[in-house]
Amino acid sequence: MNERKSINRTHGPDAPFGEFSRVGKRARKVDSMAVATGQAMYTDDIQLPRMLHGKFLRSPHAHARIRSIDTSRAEALPGVHAVVTGSELPVAYGVIPWTEDETALAVDKVRFVGDEVAAVAAIDEDTASAAVRLIDVDYEVLEPYFDPQDALVHHEPAIHEGNRKGNISKHVLLEFGGVDEAMAASEVLIEDDYAFHGTAHAPIEPHCAIARWSGDGVLTLWSSTQIPHYVHRLLASVLGLPAHRIRVIQPYLGGAFGGKSDPFSHEFCVALLAKKAGRPVKMLLTREETFYTHRGRHPMQMHFRTGCDAKGRITAVDSKILIDGGSYSSFGLVTTYYSGQLLCGPSDFPNYRFDSTRVFTNKPPCGPKRGHGSVQPRFALEIQLDRMATQLGLDPIEFRRINCQSENTQTVNGQTVTSNGFLQCLDAVEEASGWKKKRGKLPPNRGIGIAGSMYISGTNYCVYPNDMPQAGILVKLDRSGLATVFTGTSDIGQGCTSVMATLVAEELGLRLDQVRVVTSDSDLCPVDLGAYSSRITLMAGNAAVDAGRKLRKQVQEAVAEKLEIAPGQVMLADGFAFDREDGDRRFTTQEAFQFAEAKFETLSASGSYNTPERGGDYRGGTIGASPAYSFTAHVAEVEVDPETGDVHVHKLWIAHDCGRAISPVQVEGQIEGSTYMGVAEVQLEHHEVYTGETAEAGLHMRPSLLEYTLPTTLDTPELEALIVESIDPEGPYGAKEAGEGPLHGSLPAVANAIYDACGIWMTKLPFTPGKVLAALKAHQAAGSSGAPNEGAN
Amino acid sequence: MLRLPRFRHETPASLEEAAALLSEHKGRARLLAGGTDLLPNLKHGIEEADVVVSLGRVPELNRVRETEGGDLELGAMLSLEALASDALVRKRYPALSVAAGLVAGPHHRRMGTLGGNVCLNTRCVYINQTHFWREALGYCLKKDGEACHVVKGGKRCVAAASNDTAPVLTTLGASLRLRSQSRGVRVLPIADFYVQDGVYNKALEPDELLESVLIPMPQPGLHSAYKKLRPRDSIDFPRLSVAVAFRLESDVVRDLRVVISALAARPLMLKKVGDLSEGRPLNDDLLDELGSAAFKQCHPLTNVDGDTTYRRDMVPVYVKRALRAARDSGLSMP
Ligand SMILES: Cc1cc2nc3c(=O)[nH]c(=O)nc-3n(C[C@H](O)[C@H](O)[C@H](O)COP(=O)(O)OP(=O)(O)OC[C@H]3O[C@@H](n4cnc5c(N)ncnc54)[C@H](O)[C@@H]3O)c2cc1C
Ligand code: SF4
Repeated sequence: MNERKSINRTHGPDAPFGEFSRVGKRARKVDSMAVATGQAMYTDDIQLPRMLHGKFLRSPHAHARIRSIDTSRAEALPGVHAVVTGSELPVAYGVIPWTEDETALAVDKVRFVGDEVAAVAAIDEDTASAAVRLIDVDYEVLEPYFDPQDALVHHEPAIHEGNRKGNISKHVLLEFGGVDEAMAASEVLIEDDYAFHGTAHAPIEPHCAIARWSGDGVLTLWSSTQIPHYVHRLLASVLGLPAHRIRVIQPYLGGAFGGKSDPFSHEFCVALLAKKAGRPVKMLLTREETFYTHRGRHPMQMHFRTGCDAKGRITAVDSKILIDGGSYSSFGLVTTYYSGQLLCGPSDFPNYRFDSTRVFTNKPPCGPKRGHGSVQPRFALEIQLDRMATQLGLDPIEFRRINCQSENTQTVNGQTVTSNGFLQCLDAVEEASGWKKKRGKLPPNRGIGIAGSMYISGTNYCVYPNDMPQAGILVKLDRSGLATVFTGTSDIGQGCTSVMATLVAEELGLRLDQVRVVTSDSDLCPVDLGAYSSRITLMAGNAAVDAGRKLRKQVQEAVAEKLEIAPGQVMLADGFAFDREDGDRRFTTQEAFQFAEAKFETLSASGSYNTPERGGDYRGGTIGASPAYSFTAHVAEVEVDPETGDVHVHKLWIAHDCGRAISPVQVEGQIEGSTYMGVAEVQLEHHEVYTGETAEAGLHMRPSLLEYTLPTTLDTPELEALIVESIDPEGPYGAKEAGEGPLHGSLPAVANAIYDACGIWMTKLPFTPGKVLAALKAHQAAGSSGAPNEGAN
Repeated sequence: MLRLPRFRHETPASLEEAAALLSEHKGRARLLAGGTDLLPNLKHGIEEADVVVSLGRVPELNRVRETEGGDLELGAMLSLEALASDALVRKRYPALSVAAGLVAGPHHRRMGTLGGNVCLNTRCVYINQTHFWREALGYCLKKDGEACHVVKGGKRCVAAASNDTAPVLTTLGASLRLRSQSRGVRVLPIADFYVQDGVYNKALEPDELLESVLIPMPQPGLHSAYKKLRPRDSIDFPRLSVAVAFRLESDVVRDLRVVISALAARPLMLKKVGDLSEGRPLNDDLLDELGSAAFKQCHPLTNVDGDTTYRRDMVPVYVKRALRAARDSGLSMP
């Protein structure tokens, strides 16, 4: 583990003045009116004078070498201002510095249908599209790899030639304790295969970027990214430009879910096109293109073994996972670790092994999607647990209680769990769902199922090693009575802007309308690493409290002087500064800020956060290490139509331990949104390309919102969000994450409910009606022998 | 966003003017009703047009009236939303009102029209894609290419008729009133309107427009229903659709018509299935028999997304569900 300075300034879970005035109160998001009334400016809303429009030429082949590219006909088309090809942007990059295997445009090879080959900027989109068709590319078509099993074995030529491991992107094998001995000694052993199929994020806003160069050579990039800081760094590296000559701005963002957390081709291409053209350039992807850009949830083939003793204590878990990575690495190194590292709670087990291999295939690259890396194995494990409980004759909730780890403990793989509200989560969903009256007792084909999960609140290490804070914030107090918060955090709709405003308002006794937040503009805001790993509330939140508290002290001191009382006796709440002992002796916070400005001069403070030392002492032991973990329990109630195999999910009850709900409305929104997304992955959504040797092989099967069936309101079950607060010592006022954890259990809870409904174990996602029907038929054919049936493929 | 190609836009104010424009541009003009099918197809390059003729300003096309013979005449520009909620349609032809209400999503039904639905282009997973995608595929014989990817080696396009109202109108014995400048008005039974060719599955001539749909007065004891298989409860085109209509005469079935769609280029009338039921009570035995008979006659293809075996398995289930729904609640009132 590398030594570094810890700036772990947590300020404890307590309210600054005994009782919270903003935290925990039901309030609208601070930007909700701007979004609802259409005033919010998204990247595509920005129109700059003389702006050009860019389009990509994309590969029609899944795997091919580029012999030559001739852009002369495109360049000659009237209205075309610039064309770029791969040779002009040859510097390889990747969000993870150890796996930089992407280039802005294909340099010598294309690796999936849709891979970017060239880009054109022209006076309008039609001209740019017409020019793209005039680019002549000579390809040498290569044998494509679609099946990860096949890519594992064959690699001539490899998708990434020069990769020493053939088509293997990453392999991780970690063992804790002695799995084989424990399995051999186990009373009950459950062994099975599971599959996750692959899904996309499908945010409503497609990716968009605009670049402009100023006269003095400063590049400004507006982009719908959730990681403006990493984009900033990589722009500098790919363009060969000092970072201080680049400004990255993330405007309002219409959803991301992890799909905007890689640096993308269009971000580099607009920059170079704008430079060549001497005019600003915008590129807005089409919906189809967002399915090529992808970075969605990895398909995984998972083999799981779980053993337990006669009392129902899990003794060992063993998994072997094959991960289909698609064509590039993206976050794949982390995904491979996460597929094992994030499974060691809330159920505790003393022996654990995972053996995960990510391979490249000629498909759009996979990456992080909400619940990165662990949604798939969590699905497998939670079904294993239910099968085990069933075999032992134990109630599945009771079984999870028996195996629940405590708070303030270490997991088998060396992660530190601080607070743990999982037992309260189980109690909450058991009670709310009427579990005891329903489990095993509902009418035929109707059933109820449970699943549990844990997730990180930020990851302990930045993707590039450094000793600087993970989150920084600046707060300026103004004589107008306004607090302005400058933060590099990316609000992608998850609401971190409101969280920052709430925390600063709490510290300074302000109403929410007295705080304004300026976000993700690298010229104005201190660095925050971005919206991923559910890190912002905990990390930037601690930084916000840190900055707010410094200013609060100054304001208290200044007011104390006026009221002639001790600073600690000055209370700040609801826009007033007053004597704790005599509320009538008060000033407005505006007056208070003016006293403070007179006393201390211009008022501002910075706040920072870095994580405490965490993680197991082994290679990869810090991946998956987090300052605090959230916990969730899901109960699903379903009805299976025995004639059609249709699974109707009636309702889900979700209890989520978020530490403390800074904003209960937003926590509920995240719980509902996560579960909605998870249920969508059970039946409807499937990101898939044609395989085989026909003409369509390599083409995307559903590259539109009509075909990629996102659930509508009619397809969404009723969702009941239940908040559990375990008050974590690491989070701001005790808060942990809420944005990703509440997704995981929705998939296995539905699977476990299907078993309760009709006695079949569905193990291979998606549960299309056809597969469910086949499993039902197989189950009937097996008669009442009681032998559990596998979901058909 | 995908961009529309350039075209001239005409807005005739009368039927005659509209027909004259079609005749003038001889196959290079396309009619635009709600545009919910035409515009995506233009964006995808599946259809091309020099001139787009909007029907929105032709007042006659919005008409709903009863003819002297008791037929109901529905103007082609009647929106699907209006059709689904029309009280008379609900009373007389409940299955039609259900089908119209199951088309696409609420926004599409507000824009989309009956005429556009009847004249909907056929659909296939290999054709309703962008130009980039179709080019990467190597195109197909419906547009720009030579091969069919559904029936490998096939010489005929089998893109699926996917309009929800067509199977119901077929079971109800509807007719279509068509107009052209040179030949005036003709009335064609809807059963003769659709042809077995996915490239263009209609008997509609390039210079013709659909003026209205005529549905005969329901005979006493007419029961009808419509069932649609689709992944979501809104928006999606059918993966299989079943329309049924029959009369119950002292509890026995008369004149059963079963029409299945979303399988082939035209809605399929399952004549044998209808004949099997003549004069028999609609009990569970008969339902099973009709379901199996329908199953034998239906062979779903990969033109539509979704497992073909499953879609075939659903034929008897949906036929039976449609028949039950018709028997239990689908009675037409004059
Ligand atoms: C996301 C989505 C989902 C959909 N789902 C469904 C579905 O579930 N079921 C379904 O049936 N449809 C569906 N549709 C297709 C479409 O919305 C409907 O079929 C609608 O009824 C079409 O009517 P329109 O008025 O918009 O047609 P338009 O697009 O205006 O026209 C369709 C075709 O008919 C021709 N046409 C229109 N009016 C006339 C006329 N009077 N005379 C001659 N030709 C004419 C046009 O030239 C064009 O070729 C869907 C569409 C979308 C975009
Ligand atoms: S059925 Fe064949 S020819 Fe017709 S659209 Fe589909 S692939 Fe093309």
